[in-house]
Amino acid sequence: MARTKTRATAATALTPDAVRKAYRDMLLARIIDERQWVLNRAGKAPFVIPCRGHEAAQVGWGSALRDTDFFLPYYRDLGVVVARGYTARQAMLALLGKAEDLTSGGRQMPGHYGWRERNIITGSSPVGTQVLHAVGIAYASRLRGEDSVAATALGEGTTSQGDFHEALNWASIYKLPVLFIVENNEYAISSPQSREMAVQDVSERALGYGIAGATIDGNDYFACHEATFQAAERARRSEGPTLLEFKTYRTVPHSSDDDDRVYRSREEVEDWKQKDPITRMQAHVLAEGILTKQEDEALWREVKAEVDEAITYAEQAPYPKVEDMYRHVYAE
Amino acid sequence: MAVKNLIDGVREAMHEEMARDPRVVLLGEDVGIRGGVFRASEGLVGEFGEARVIDAPLGESGIAGVAIGMALNGLRPIAEMQFADFIHPAFNQIVSEAAKIRYRSNNDFHVPMVIRAPFGGGVHGALYHSQSVEAFFMHVPGLKIVVPSTPADAKGLLKSAIRDEDPVMYFEHKRTYRLVRGEIPDGDFTVPIGKARTVREGKDLSIFAYGLMAVFAEQAALELEKEGVSAEVIDLRTLLPLDREAILSSIGKTHRGLVVYEANRTMGAGAEVAALIAEEALFELDAPVRRLAGPDLPAMPFNTVQEEHFMPNPEKIVHAARELLAS
Ligand SMILES: Cc1ncc(C[n+]2csc(CCOP(=O)(O)OP(=O)(O)O)c2C)c(N)n1
Ligand SMILES: [Mg+2]
Repeated sequence: MARTKTRATAATALTPDAVRKAYRDMLLARIIDERQWVLNRAGKAPFVIPCRGHEAAQVGWGSALRDTDFFLPYYRDLGVVVARGYTARQAMLALLGKAEDLTSGGRQMPGHYGWRERNIITGSSPVGTQVLHAVGIAYASRLRGEDSVAATALGEGTTSQGDFHEALNWASIYKLPVLFIVENNEYAISSPQSREMAVQDVSERALGYGIAGATIDGNDYFACHEATFQAAERARRSEGPTLLEFKTYRTVPHSSDDDDRVYRSREEVEDWKQKDPITRMQAHVLAEGILTKQEDEALWREVKAEVDEAITYAEQAPYPKVEDMYRHVYAE
Repeated sequence: MAVKNLIDGVREAMHEEMARDPRVVLLGEDVGIRGGVFRASEGLVGEFGEARVIDAPLGESGIAGVAIGMALNGLRPIAEMQFADFIHPAFNQIVSEAAKIRYRSNNDFHVPMVIRAPFGGGVHGALYHSQSVEAFFMHVPGLKIVVPSTPADAKGLLKSAIRDEDPVMYFEHKRTYRLVRGEIPDGDFTVPIGKARTVREGKDLSIFAYGLMAVFAEQAALELEKEGVSAEVIDLRTLLPLDREAILSSIGKTHRGLVVYEANRTMGAGAEVAALIAEEALFELDAPVRRLAGPDLPAMPFNTVQEEHFMPNPEKIVHAARELLAS
C-alpha cells in the first residue's frame, strides 16, 4: 500500500465561501483558546487544554467530512468541533462547568466533546480509548449498509497505547471505513516523539497493517482538508481505513497546568510560531482576494466580540443543580 | 527535622533509595526532565541519568508490564501512573501478573515493585482526574496497598514499599501534595506496612480514614473537641492488609466507629472496616458503624457545585460524628 508524503498546498475545489468559513472557524478556535487562558490566569477557570497551533489540521479534517459521518475528536480538537458548529458560548459554558454545557452538563472537564445531534461521539480523558470506538462505529455503519465514515483523532504519543494497535488491526482486517488521524505535535506533554516511537513518521505504521498511510503538513489547511476528503472517499468505496498524520506543533504548554520551558527551547517554539497556521491562512485569503484587508479586520473584530459575549453569557449562566448529579447513572 | 510538603516525602524517598540501591529505577510518563506532572521526581534524572529515570512511552499496561519484567530480573522498579484514573489499562498486568506471580510459581518468582499513583478529588479534576481506585485492588491478595497522609509517612512508607519483596501500590492523594505540611525526621527511616497510625486519641468515637480524609478527620476532631466531644482519629495508612488490631482496639475504647473515604460508598474500603468491626466487635458497639463516603455515582463531576457535594470534608465529618453520637 502506498504511503505518501504530501507537503504541497492543493487548494482543491473549495469555494471561496468554504475557505472563508474555514478561516473563520480557525480564527474562532484560536480566539476562544486565547481567552480561555486569560480566564484561567485570572483564576476564573480551573483548567484549559489548548488547540493552539493545531487549527489548520483540526478545521481541515473537521470540515472535510459529511454531516452523516462520525467524529471522535480528542481533547485538543476544539477546531474540529467548531468546524461542526460548536460555538464560543458552548466552549465558555464548558470551561466554567455550567449547566448549559451541551457536552456534559458541566460534568466533564473542558475539551471533552460530545454532541449527538452532530455525530460527535462523547470522549473521555484516558487517551486512545476513542480509537477503538471509531472501529465499532464504522463496523455498525457498514453492517447497515450506510456509506458513512468514522474519523477519530489522537496525538502521536497516544499511538503508544495498546488500544491504538488493536484498533488499526481490527479496521484493517475488516477494511472498515475509519480515518485514524494523528495530530503529531512532536510532544506528549514533555515526552518527545523519539521517546514514543523509533520511526520518523507515524504513518509508517500503516505498512504493518496493510493499510494506506500519509504524512501531511498539518499547518496547511488545504492539505489536511484534501487528504481527509480523499481518504474518506476511499473508505466509502470500501477501500479500507487510512492512517493520516498531520505534522504540527502546539505553541503553548500542554495545558494550563504545564510549564513547557523545562522540556523544549524557546527557539524551537518561536520557530514554529513563524509557521502559524492562522497567519498562513490569512495570507492565503488576502492573496487570493477572498477577503480584503478591511474585511479581514472586520472578521477579527467580529470573532473577538463573539467570544467576549460568550464569556459574559457563560459567567452569568447557572451552575448545575446538586440533585442533578444523581441523574443518568442508568436509564430513567 | 524540617517542615516539608507531603510530596517532598515522596521525592526524598525515591532519591534516597535510588542512591542507596542501584537496582531501584523509576519509570513513568514525564518522570524525567519534566520531573513528573506533579514534580514528584524533580531532579532525579539529573542525578541518576536517563537509564534509571525512564520517560516511558504513553501506555500504562506497558509501564506496569515492563516493570514486572524488570522486577523479575533483579531490579526494583517504581512504576508511576500519571494519575490513578489511568491505571485501568494496567489492571491486567497488576492483577493477573504482579499479584499472582509469587503464588502461581509456588514461590519460584516474585515481583518486588512499587506502583505509585496520584489519586483523589477536590481539584476540579472531573471524572478522570479525581478517582479513588484503591478498592479495586483491595480485592486482590498478593498486592499491598498504602496511602500516606503526612510527609513523614509519605517518605517512610515509600521506603518500605521499595524495600518490600512484593508488589506494593502506593496511592498519593494529589490534594495533599502541597496542602499537608509536617516534619520529616532526618536520616534513614521506614514506616512499616500494615500498621495504622493513631492521629489523636479520644474516647467518644473512632474515626477511621486515610489520605486526604485522614487530614480532614483530624480537622473535624478539633472542631468536635470544642463541643466537648473526644474523637479518636485512626489513619489506616495501609489498606491491604488492614491493621485489624488497631481498628478493633480503638473500637474497644470508644464503642462507636465512623469510617470516612471519598471513593464510592458501596464496596469501598469502609465496607471492609465496617464488616471487620461487625464480625469481631459487635458487642463492643454502642451504635451501628457509620460510613461517610462519596456517593455511588460513576465519577466526580467537574463543576464546583457538584464536586463539593461529592467530596467529604471536615464539616460533613463533624456532622456525621454528631449523628453517630446521637444514635
Ligand atoms: C491513559 C492515559 N494516560 C495518561 C494520560 C495523561 N496524559 C494526558 S495527555 C498526555 C499526552 C498525550 O500526548 P499526545 O498523544 O501526543 O497528544 P497531545 O496532547 O500532544 O496532543 C498524557 C500523558 C491520559 N490522559 N490517559
Ligand atoms: Mg503530541
